[in-house]
Amino acid sequence: MGFFNKLKSSLTKTRKSFTEKIEQLVIGYADINDECLDELEEILISADVGVHTTMKLMDDVRSGIKKKEINSPQDLHPFLIKHISTILSSGENSPAAALTGPTVILVIGVNGVGKTTTIGKLAKYYKNENKSVILAAADTFRAAAIDQLQIWGKRANADVIAHGEGADPAAVVFDAVKATISRQTDILIIDTAGRLHTKTNLMDELNKMYRVIKREIPAAPHETLLVLDATTGQNAIHQAELFTKAAPISGVILTKLDGTAKGGVVVGIKEALSMPVKWIGVGEGEDDLQPFNAEEFAAALFEK
Amino acid sequence: MIFESLAEKLQNTFKKLRGHGHLSEDDVSTAMRDIRMALLEADVNFKVVKDFIAKIKERAIGANILESLTPAQAVIKIVNEELTELMGGSVSRINIAPNPPTVIMMVGLQGAGKTTSVGKLGIMLKKQGKHPLFAAADIYRPAAVKQLQVLGQQLELPVFSMPEGTDPVVIAEKALEYAHSHANDVVIIDTAGRLQINEELMQELKSIKSIVHPHEILLVVDAMTGQDAVNVAESFNNDLGLDGVVLTKMDGDARGGAALSVKAVTGCPIKFVGTGEKLDALESFYPDRMASRILDMGDVLSLIEKA
Ligand SMILES: Nc1nc2c(ncn2[C@@H]2O[C@H](COP(=O)(O)OP(=O)(O)OP(=O)(O)O)[C@@H](O)[C@H]2O)c(=O)[nH]1
Ligand SMILES: Nc1nc2c(ncn2[C@@H]2O[C@H](COP(=O)(O)OP(=O)(O)OP(=O)(O)O)[C@@H](O)[C@H]2O)c(=O)[nH]1
Ligand SMILES: [Mg+2]
Ligand SMILES: [Mg+2]
Repeated sequence: MGFFNKLKSSLTKTRKSFTEKIEQLVIGYADINDECLDELEEILISADVGVHTTMKLMDDVRSGIKKKEINSPQDLHPFLIKHISTILSSGENSPAAALTGPTVILVIGVNGVGKTTTIGKLAKYYKNENKSVILAAADTFRAAAIDQLQIWGKRANADVIAHGEGADPAAVVFDAVKATISRQTDILIIDTAGRLHTKTNLMDELNKMYRVIKREIPAAPHETLLVLDATTGQNAIHQAELFTKAAPISGVILTKLDGTAKGGVVVGIKEALSMPVKWIGVGEGEDDLQPFNAEEFAAALFEK
Repeated sequence: MIFESLAEKLQNTFKKLRGHGHLSEDDVSTAMRDIRMALLEADVNFKVVKDFIAKIKERAIGANILESLTPAQAVIKIVNEELTELMGGSVSRINIAPNPPTVIMMVGLQGAGKTTSVGKLGIMLKKQGKHPLFAAADIYRPAAVKQLQVLGQQLELPVFSMPEGTDPVVIAEKALEYAHSHANDVVIIDTAGRLQINEELMQELKSIKSIVHPHEILLVVDAMTGQDAVNVAESFNNDLGLDGVVLTKMDGDARGGAALSVKAVTGCPIKFVGTGEKLDALESFYPDRMASRILDMGDVLSLIEKA
């Protein structure tokens, strides 16, 4: 059997979920020994929690063993859920709103993570709360990005402010803010083009949009939401670090959690950068957005 | 220093070890730990890492690196060789059918870069003298057809689409007929993004495949993908049988360990890398470059030359 085939069959066997693995750990080891801890470490890594945060959690486990909070492999599961929920629940998780006047929400992130779709879902969510909503099509770069947002606007029955393809995004933002103020709309949600955090010119462009908003409404944006794809690995931390320099991030939206990826990467982001997670996306439909619940999420990380 | 490259890390590890006399097998294990961390931080699947490390360790011990005057370089050399070998088989060409049209099908998760890659591949083939036709078989994503039409317009390439609500299988089939009658020698089918666990949508791809018999099914994978890459690649490969991989968004700073994971589970070559949003940003894949990127080895060659 060649290297690939061997690997493939072993992957199939080990491609089990967190909880299943933890259960096996509990059955497989009468006591907690080094081998058992190594396996636990792998379980965390495989959930994209990341090397750094995994090491930290493993330190917690080791000191838990010393303090007799963990006495047998059975104690590992609840211990980890508790610790991960603690990491995830610090900070304000509920969406912010303006005290007076419109609430401005700026949505940012790398290419293809689900910004536009999430905005459609958010528009629907706020509409259901009887709020008036304007969407700003400030992605003037991607082919048919404006059409895509307009379809979502129609679905949610929200107005869309758009210029043509290739227009200056900051000008779109300016018009949208003005329209929101003059029409006394409750919520403005701004769709931006996907951009890699390493591209300085695109980060500058984002910063310009941010400043335009601030100039018109000093307390805005009330939310700057970074959208992250749950399948993303350790790069997400770099994304968060660099985006927040261009437009200070107030929260994270984690999308595509309906897949098999567990989105463990937000544990790492929370741990390293303390950014709250506010929403999770669980599908492509307009109702597939949920407020984030730290405990549920931590439990889901370990779910089958 | 926080962001030490693996090469630097290994140098330092061995330097430290050297301090206390003779190198032992345990010392090699310490170096292996550094390599393991680097691979995991690059998002290489942990299982792939495990097997890889076992192999490296065996070779390192066999090569007697303990006797080497420059053990760090010797290890780096082995790691680089093995990784390049594993990433290897650079076949960035696509299967061209003896009887046109050549049918290419793009598949993958939502937002991976399929539609953009259809455009990129189209212009690349056009420059090679081919006459590609794009087939818009994503009927789900809002404005997906429009997106492909815009790309077609920009590239001056024809786009085949059908009225809203048409079954993608029918669209693919009719696109092929259209290509026959319009002398298009390549048909590139854009499919909707889908999760590998969505059985209904995976079945749709299988149906398209069985009708149009693609010469090339390309899995489009985002270079930023984490540990889940193996699950994705394995499922798509099991269901469809992949011919190659397009690794997108390589213009960022993702180390791209997903490439190694995908290659390891499917065994099929990475044929192209996407290096930007623009339509000319498609390049051939170089295993050696990818190897040193995954390991963050810095200037590997200059280090190896010293070994
Ligand atoms: N399964 C699943 N798919 C999602 C989710 N959110 C978004 N998507 C899909 O992901 C793909 C990309 O979504 P978009 O909203 O276009 O992403 P974007 O970030 O606006 O992309 P760019 O503007 O190109 O950067 C689409 O096919 C969406 O349907 C989710 O929560 N689950
Ligand atoms: N920076 C960069 N962006 C890319 C690359 N390839 C694609 N993109 C961007 O990624 C986003 C998603 O690309 P699409 O081609 O729409 O992805 P898709 O797989 O067709 O998405 P769905 O049809 O929704 O599943 C867009 O913003 C593209 O511009 C690349 O190589 N580099
Ligand atoms: Mg978008
Ligand atoms: Mg597409």
